[in-house]
Amino acid sequence: MTTERLTPAPPPGELIDSPRFPVAARRELGNAQQRRNLHHATRTIRDKRAQAVGEMDNWQELRAAGGAIKSRVLRHLPEYLEQLEASLTRNGATVHWAGDAAEANRIVIDLVQQTGSTEVVKVKSMATQEIELNEALEESGIAAWETDLAELIVQLGHDRPSHILVPAIHRNRSEVRDIFLAEMGNYGTPPPPGLDDDPVNLADAARGHLREKFLRARVAVSGANFAIADTGSLVVVESEGNGRMCLTLPETLISVVGIEKVLPSFEDLEVFMQLLPRSSTAERMNPYTSIWSGASEGDGPQNVHVVLIDNGRTKALADPQGRTALRCIRCSACLNICPVFEKVGGHAYGSVYPGPIGAILNPQIRGTDSAVDRSLPFASTLCGACTEVCPVMIPIADLLVHMRSKVVDAKKAENTGVHLPHAEPAMMKAGAWVMADHRRLEAAQLATKTSGKVLGHFTDHIGALPWPLSKWANARDTANPPTQTFRDWWKANRAQEEQK
Amino acid sequence: MSAKSEIMQRIRTALEDVPDIPAVDDVPVPWEFGRAVDLSAAGEILDVFVERVEDYHATVVRCPAADLPVAIADGLRATGATSAVVPEGLNPDWLSAADGVRFTVETMPHLSPHELNRIDAVVTASAVGVAETGTIVLDHSADQGRRALTLVPDRHIVVIGADQVVSGVPEAVALLRPAVEAGRPLTWISGPSATSDIELSRVEGVHGPRHLYVILVQERP
Ligand code: SF4
Repeated sequence: MTTERLTPAPPPGELIDSPRFPVAARRELGNAQQRRNLHHATRTIRDKRAQAVGEMDNWQELRAAGGAIKSRVLRHLPEYLEQLEASLTRNGATVHWAGDAAEANRIVIDLVQQTGSTEVVKVKSMATQEIELNEALEESGIAAWETDLAELIVQLGHDRPSHILVPAIHRNRSEVRDIFLAEMGNYGTPPPPGLDDDPVNLADAARGHLREKFLRARVAVSGANFAIADTGSLVVVESEGNGRMCLTLPETLISVVGIEKVLPSFEDLEVFMQLLPRSSTAERMNPYTSIWSGASEGDGPQNVHVVLIDNGRTKALADPQGRTALRCIRCSACLNICPVFEKVGGHAYGSVYPGPIGAILNPQIRGTDSAVDRSLPFASTLCGACTEVCPVMIPIADLLVHMRSKVVDAKKAENTGVHLPHAEPAMMKAGAWVMADHRRLEAAQLATKTSGKVLGHFTDHIGALPWPLSKWANARDTANPPTQTFRDWWKANRAQEEQK
Repeated sequence: MSAKSEIMQRIRTALEDVPDIPAVDDVPVPWEFGRAVDLSAAGEILDVFVERVEDYHATVVRCPAADLPVAIADGLRATGATSAVVPEGLNPDWLSAADGVRFTVETMPHLSPHELNRIDAVVTASAVGVAETGTIVLDHSADQGRRALTLVPDRHIVVIGADQVVSGVPEAVALLRPAVEAGRPLTWISGPSATSDIELSRVEGVHGPRHLYVILVQERP
């Protein structure tokens, strides 16, 4: 028996089964349209961010404060979580705890079913993507409607998000028009006839399509950018107003929040509301921020739930060095600045968290059992640009090296049954020295190319020195002789694209 | 074991290396909260506020308190509104010059989302303005109404007094804390609804009000 789906089906397959990064990257590179879209988008936003940050003469102080606040929270998480739960409860919200994705999904499904509603409107949320809530709801006969424009494009396009902030960054306007024309009418208000590919008209079509869903919605599901322990408040930062619609109009609001999202005090917002918008959308301030403290009498949802999820975060927390990755406020600055992300896009990372942060976070929270998670720490040139832009001072490049060591250790333990010391850290230090000067890098890469001992297209330059590299290559299961070094290839391709 | 105690147990095990000392001593935060932002390089605070709100393509007009009713009437006309909803706590004198506009003062029971959707505009006061970022914050007191009022109608005419505008985010956060402690929600508004989701080209007006019309009153109204 085949059952009709309520919402557009995502592409088949599980993210965790994604191929190793180099394999997926080669596949993505074959998509010239996507590469052009990405190039344009990451360039634009990167320049804008530099401008928005350049306006602030205390930016480094703000970053230090942001990093310290997050670090304090992570190191003393139990007391802040207890305080958050108590404040939320006092404010009339019900707090639930979920150890993993299945538990979180079960809780949300039960809560929706208790309302009798068979649909929910959703605010873009990384946490609910991570637990694959939409599919769990669909299987329980509940339709989940994404309401962020980019998420709508992804959902209607039977696609997956490729970026934290602009999930449909891999699509251009004419692709968006085609998706709207083909799919919108199947799931509600159709687009106006004769829709063209002007972004103004495309946004207008989305407004028309979603308005009816907002006005009739009885249940909304959101995430939260911040959860404030002392006042028991959640914060959602957004642009379009779809978040406000979801957070305000329905009777029931269920927010799925990672345990690392807690901030000690309302005052801390002054730091994060300066760091996040400039790092993320590269604006002085995002158009809309909603802050609510449980149920507010006579205003908005009265049935308010908060689901606090672990789902692997405590694994990252257990690594004193790795835990700094949990400071992440999902601004996406590290994605936009990353030369590897710019080329291959988000899909190659096999996770809802792509780019440099994904490369360190996924293997920590999902473990290093899958091929994709083992390859992710190598999806980087270690150029360090991500570390420089990160608003909460996560030492991303150092953590990439750290995670590489862990992957190597895991593999060696598996192969021999014992833990062996490994060459990776030494090699990384050498790699950093090589990377520091592009002439040295190119010379080293030339040597690598000749010797034919490489790690695959995107990792070939990492340890581009004959001695450590040879050790490294022995521990790896690939040895693809390259025809071009990464930098050659990047230069050549970029030059070509810039002419287009 | 409940999910909560299991997670708490995992967290405690994960943090075994952290010394058992107060959080504030373990990780000092090198930051002084609530300071004013120095805008002297950018200009006079109200000018900076106006310029930065306009940067988001919102309309800003400045007027003396006595002219507020006329400014509101002008705003409704300029945005093409013939009907408007206002919160119960709004000073009715403010609406005295807007002939030809059908006003609904929202009382209990509240209007339904569909009813709100049929109204052109909303007129409200506001809580705090932030010069550095061009932000207007609503704390949803009686003169601003519940959140849905300032969300569903397509035009928002918002009044702010000169003495409500502060330099930057830190001062604003400090001023807003009492409202949050009183259980009220906050809405921070920086320009009209916007998206950059398609090729990163900015489009104003997706779901929130597409027209934001700000009236800056010289003295507190
Ligand atoms: S790691 Fe830093 S730069 Fe990257 S998304 Fe997280 S906060 Fe932003």
